[in-house]
This record gives sequence, structure tokens and C-alpha cells, in this order.
Amino acid sequence: MGYDKGVEVFPTTTWSAGAGCHGGCGQKLYVKDGKLIKVEGDENASFNQGRSCPRVLALTQYVYHPDRLTTPLKRVGKRGEGKFEPISWDEAFDICEDKLKSIRDEFGAESVVFAQGTGRDVGGPISYLCYNYGSPNWVQLGLSGQSCYTPRLGGMKATMGDFAVMDAGQFSAKRYDDPEYEVPKVIIVWGQNPPPTCSDGFFGHWVVDCMKRGSKIISIDPRNTWMSTRAEHHLQIRPGTDGALALGMLNVIINEELYDKEFVDKWTYGFEKLKERVQEYPVDKVSQITWIPEKQIVEAARLYAINSPAAIHWGVPIDMNPEGTSVAQAIAHLWSITGNIDIPGGNVIARPSHGVTTYPYSTEELVGLYGQDLVDKLNKSRIGCDTYPMVKGFRGWAQPDMAIDQIDSGKPYPIKAAWIQTANILGGQAARAKFHYEAMKKLEFVVVIDLFHNPTSMALADIVLPAATFAEKDSFRSWWVPLGVMHKTIQVGECKSDWEINIEMANRLNPNCKYQNVKELINDRLSVAGVTFDELVEQGSQAMPSKGHSSRPYRRHEKGLLRHDGKPGFTTETGRVELYSKAFESWGVDPLPFYREPAQGPVNTPELYAKYPLIMITGARSHMFFHSEHRMIPWLREKDPEPYVEVHPETAEKFGVSDGEWIHLENDMGKVKRKVRVSLRVHPQMIHTLHGWWKPEMKGSEPDLFGVWDYQINQIIPGPQDSGSGFGGGQYKTTLCKLSKIKE
Amino acid sequence: MSKYGLLINYDYCTGCQSCAVACQQEHGFPAGKCGIKVTEYVYAAVRKPVAIDFLPFPTELCDLCINRHQQGEEPACVKHCQAACMAFGSLAELVEQMEVTPRSVLFSPR
Repeated sequence: MGYDKGVEVFPTTTWSAGAGCHGGCGQKLYVKDGKLIKVEGDENASFNQGRSCPRVLALTQYVYHPDRLTTPLKRVGKRGEGKFEPISWDEAFDICEDKLKSIRDEFGAESVVFAQGTGRDVGGPISYLCYNYGSPNWVQLGLSGQSCYTPRLGGMKATMGDFAVMDAGQFSAKRYDDPEYEVPKVIIVWGQNPPPTCSDGFFGHWVVDCMKRGSKIISIDPRNTWMSTRAEHHLQIRPGTDGALALGMLNVIINEELYDKEFVDKWTYGFEKLKERVQEYPVDKVSQITWIPEKQIVEAARLYAINSPAAIHWGVPIDMNPEGTSVAQAIAHLWSITGNIDIPGGNVIARPSHGVTTYPYSTEELVGLYGQDLVDKLNKSRIGCDTYPMVKGFRGWAQPDMAIDQIDSGKPYPIKAAWIQTANILGGQAARAKFHYEAMKKLEFVVVIDLFHNPTSMALADIVLPAATFAEKDSFRSWWVPLGVMHKTIQVGECKSDWEINIEMANRLNPNCKYQNVKELINDRLSVAGVTFDELVEQGSQAMPSKGHSSRPYRRHEKGLLRHDGKPGFTTETGRVELYSKAFESWGVDPLPFYREPAQGPVNTPELYAKYPLIMITGARSHMFFHSEHRMIPWLREKDPEPYVEVHPETAEKFGVSDGEWIHLENDMGKVKRKVRVSLRVHPQMIHTLHGWWKPEMKGSEPDLFGVWDYQINQIIPGPQDSGSGFGGGQYKTTLCKLSKIKE
Repeated sequence: MSKYGLLINYDYCTGCQSCAVACQQEHGFPAGKCGIKVTEYVYAAVRKPVAIDFLPFPTELCDLCINRHQQGEEPACVKHCQAACMAFGSLAELVEQMEVTPRSVLFSPR
């Protein structure tokens, strides 16, 4: 294939910078004379079956953008002045090594935080560097309550001992045509409009594929979306009340005896206690809390329960509920008591493909990589572990809200430096964004690794290191399936991959490092799969686990494929799905699901609600952007040029604002600019706007910082997290505000 | 190429714009120039209070990817469509297909 002599085609796997996303697609890179000229979806990759999103199709504009960082930089002016000069990699590594060693000698390794953003090909490299340096503080700094997937993972782990995802046939290369596979009869799409997202290892359009093959949709969404308008039932929920809805649906299914009695008897623990708990959530009460009519709740619960197989696909609003882990637990109970676990077309248990760890998701994986001793030692001084047992017991991440408070206060121990890797904290995830800015300015030393300058690098960086896109690096991915490799096909400037940078730094900071180079590390991690990096490249970059492997469905609990002891059952203390969670009990968290009102809102803060009568929903996706990225890519930006706010026509009239007008969204924390889009998509009592906005075309130096303080919506999102476990409850979807005219 | 066209089942078009960016990449069009444009329609409706539809429209720059066709490949928009709701073929074939595909539109761009 190819149009021209001299064009070579390289199939590879996507993950992180470039398309920006959580990855998994197979894409073919067309390269001529060492230059990327085109990207096409790989028909042989079962994940996307030849399809591509607009972001990956714009890869040439991303890779060769004139603003790409292509050499290491050293700050020469004051912080924020925007004065940097190019330095060599050696000099950059030397400066980082000296500085990080002297800080470790004087204050201890825990005084350096290693900050990442979303779940991309950075979790592996950054945890590797963090652990080799000896710091316990690997953190999604800014992400209040770590409210992106981690609470859901925690809720599932505490219930089933494993994670689960909707089965769209993704675990078989034959996909929908695999005779073992069955399309879900009903899919609950909970808090997501899947087409613009490919989050958490799930290609959004898989739901669309299933709809074409007959799946009926129950959409739970406060907004009208493409998905909700095609649903059998659209439950237009009040943001932040998903926990009540899940408990109400459990109430219907249990009291009407629509659950799978055989599965419940044989495979679950604590059903009677759950039954008792759900009596506190009768449908009339739930209807009042959620603003969803009673009849719809009952009908949706019945439709889901009486159809088998049925699946639930969920989004980040679950995590952003107050007590996000508890909400996730309640939803996991829905698929558990209806017997939809690990069956074709249900919610199947998801494990890293072939047992390969790229990005350690659980404490067990961290122990596997770094040993029990180091993990135990680091657990002792991790930020948040004394306050929240779940921070200690589940995953190896520091609690982000406490981390920024500690950076600010220096208590209980000082934080001196931050290693910020492909995370635009100030322009992206940070709730209380201005507080993050003020607090982080106190840091003695800040390294930013990224592909473009952004508000974070401009405001804070002492050293900037240029990172590579997925087309420019060797790496690997095992986020569920497939097992995939990225292999380097082009070089841009002096950019290096996150793995290259961090392995070099780790070797400088720890003389006993396990690996000298990237290939060594990848091949060692791949060894459990019985395959090498080069072999995977040879095979077209992706492989699926074979039948009978513990990372391949179905019905593994019956076959003894889940537990270390090889016995049938689940990887929980009781060997059953724990409807009453022993793990939560041991972490001091309510073992049964419960509902709590959002911190702000008509119920909890009526006075504030009178002053700011609109519930602001943020954090949804544009097809064009991944979080705070891609605003500088011409083909993408022209299709979504300005940060808009969706306002219902009645609401627009009430506030006297009109379509296309620039206004402020305002609350006690400040105000942010938005362009009005009058739309029936939103409920009259809610508005909706996208996050991650800054303007690369504006001046980067202070005070402009690319317009971040004009457009960063998270500066009016409060903190800390609204949850008692430390996980969940970022207030990104429940904050109150009003619309105000911009005064000239 | 007058016999060929694009059949778009707009019930499934999610407005992702892969068709548009694929077109720009294929033809080397700069931003502002494109062989296919996607429009959103949000309106009061019957089945649900609100309906949301998207419709890609081939502009006069659409050449049905004649170069790709000669190589035996589908047009760039059809190949990359994430909802797989676009088809390329002879108008005769597409009309037949249209009879069993409600909520679809047939374009004969050239």
C-alpha cells in the first residue's frame, strides 16, 4: 500500500500524547524520508477496526506544530517571565540530578511530588521514577478526590476484588462475530455520551456498534445528548445524585424479586444486609432527590433486570459524586445481583492483557514491581494515608487535595519540588486552580515535561523537557486489551519519550536501578506474556490473550481463573462478590452503599442556591480536544473554536443573555469568560461548559499565561473533595453559579 | 465519477468530525477548507422532547477521493467514520441500500 515510492507504513498502537487519549487503537503511520505524512486506521486492529478519531487524523499537525517543544529548556528570567534558553539533555539531566539529590539529602525523598494527569502512558514511567527516587508521593495533583476512574476502581475492587467493564466483544479479535459473544440486550449508559470519549480503555463508538446490533439504551444524563435522544429511557438526573438512583433501582429489583437468585445464592455475600439497606431508598424518595419521575426509575430498573445479558457503561460523573466510591459500589451491585458478571454481553472482569503491568493500577501490581518492603515503607509517609485508610490500602497514590494543602502549608512535612509530567495542572484538572498556582509558586524546584508550553510550564517551570508523541517512541500498553506496543517511527527535534527520560533519571538517582534502557524494561515486563517487543512489532503491534488465560473472559469465577489459589470464586476475602464489603469495613468506610447530598445545592445550601441558582456541569468532552490539549491544532480548533456555555432558552431569557454573547460564569470564587450557546441540550436549572480551556495564541508570560485566568473553569470549582474516603467527590459537576453580563 | 455517491445514515452520525479531518488530511487542505462539513441540529421533537441529529454534507471540494478509489480504497471519510454510517458505491447500489435504511440521505457530489 501507499501512493508513492519511498513511503513506508508502520502499524502501531495509540496511547497518550498525539491523539491524547487513553489509547488502544491500531493506527498505520505513513512515513516518507523520516517524516510522518499521513495516519490511517488499521483495519487489522480489532479495537477500532480501521476507524480513527479526528485527533489522531490531525497527528501530522500535532507532531510538526511550530510551537512543539523540541529541546530541553532552562528558565533564565523570573518565574512566569517566559524567558527560557535551550540547553543540552546532559545539562538538563545534571541540573535535575543535583537538585533532586540535594533536596532528598536535606528534606527526604517524600518532599518531592511526582505529578501526572490522566490515565496515559505516563503512569508507568512516573511511578517508576518516583519509586526509584524513594518518594511515596505519586499524585494526580489538582484532581480533587482523584475523581477520575480511581473511585470507580476502588468501589469495584472492594466489591468484586477485580475491575469490570461493559463487554463489547473487545476481548476477542473476532469482536461481534465471535460465536461466544452476545450483544447486550440492554445497556445502561450512566453519566456519559460515549461517542466523544474513549476513556478507560473503552472505544466510545463500541456502544454505537452494539446499538446497531440491537442493544436498547437506558441513558442516565442530566443533559440531552446524541445518546440520550436515542435511548429507550432517558433519566434526566440532577447532578450528584447518582448514588440515590442506584439505590432506588436496587430497591425495585430486590423488592420485586427481579434479581438472579441462583447467582446471588451461590456467588454473593451480604445480600440480606443490602436488602435491608435499600429499604431506606423507596422510589418516591429517590424520585424527589434525583428529579427523575418515579415511573421512569421503576421502568428502567425492570428493563435492565429482566433482560439478560445486560451491561452498564459508566463515566466520570460517578467519581465526581459525593462519596464516589460508594456510588460505584452501588452500581457494581446492580450488575452483580442480576448475574451479569463475566458473561458475554454483561460486565466482564477486566485485567491487564496477558498479566502484563504497564501502569500499576493496584497495590498488588506495585508490590509485584517494587516489592512488599518498599511499598510498605512508602505507605507510611504518603500524603493522606494517615487520614484515609483507603489511600494506604488501595492504590499507590497520594491524596491530591491534601497534597496541595501540604505544598501550601509545609505541614506535616515540607514539599520542596515537583516533577510534573505531561500534566497541565493549572490549565486543566486543578479545582481551586488559583490556589494551586499560589501554592506551587512556593516550590523550590519544578520540572515540567511536556510537548507544548502551557500555563503550567509558563508559570512554574525551572526546567522544561520535551516529550514525544506515541509516533516517536517505543512503549507498551496493557490497559485491559489488547496488549499493544508503540514503536518509534520518527524523531522530532531532541524529544524523548517519558520512559527514556525517566529511566535515565532513575539511574542517576538510584544506582541499583533494575533497567538501563527502555527495551530492557519492556521486554522484562512482557516476559509473562511470552513475547518480546520486537515480536509484537512484527505481529502488527497488538495481541489478544488466548482463551483460558486469566485476562480473557468468560465465567472465570466458575473456572478458578481469578484467585491465586486456583479455586473457583472471586478475589475477595469471602471468595464471593461482597455486597457487604469486607474491604470497606477494614478501611473504616461504610460496607454498604449509601447516599449523601452534594456539598452545594438546593438541599444543602439553600441560601447559596438562591444567590447562584444554576447547577454547573463541567468536564464533558469535545470530539476535538483531549482535556486541555489540542487548542493549537488548526484542523481541530476550527471545529470548536471558542469555550461556550450551553444555556437553556428560558434561562437565557431570565438572565437577559443571548446566543453568541460573551458573558461571565460567576460564583463566590470568581468569574470565568464563556460564549453563550442557547440550547435545548440543557435543563433550565443547569448550565454546561467544557473544561481545559486556555488559548495558545495568547501571550504565555505573566500575567496572561495564555489566557488561563480568563477561561479556566476550574478556578470557580471549590475544594477539597466531597468524600469521606478521600476518593471521589470532586465538585466538577455540582458547583453553583450564575450568569453575569461582562461590563465594558 | 458521476455514477458514484455517498449514502449517509444520519440516525447514527454522532458528529465526531472524523470525516472532515480525514478529508483535510487526505487532500492536504488547510483549516477552513474541507470536502465535507458536519452540521448539528437540535430541535423540539416527538419521540423525545428534544432531538439531536448531525448531518455531514459533501462540499464542492469533494472529489469522492478519486485517487483512493483508483487504488481500491474507500474515500477517507467513509473509511474513518467512527459510527460506520457512511457508504460509498454506485448510485444504483446505494439507492437499493437506502430502501432498507430509514433516516438516511444520498449524495451525488459530482
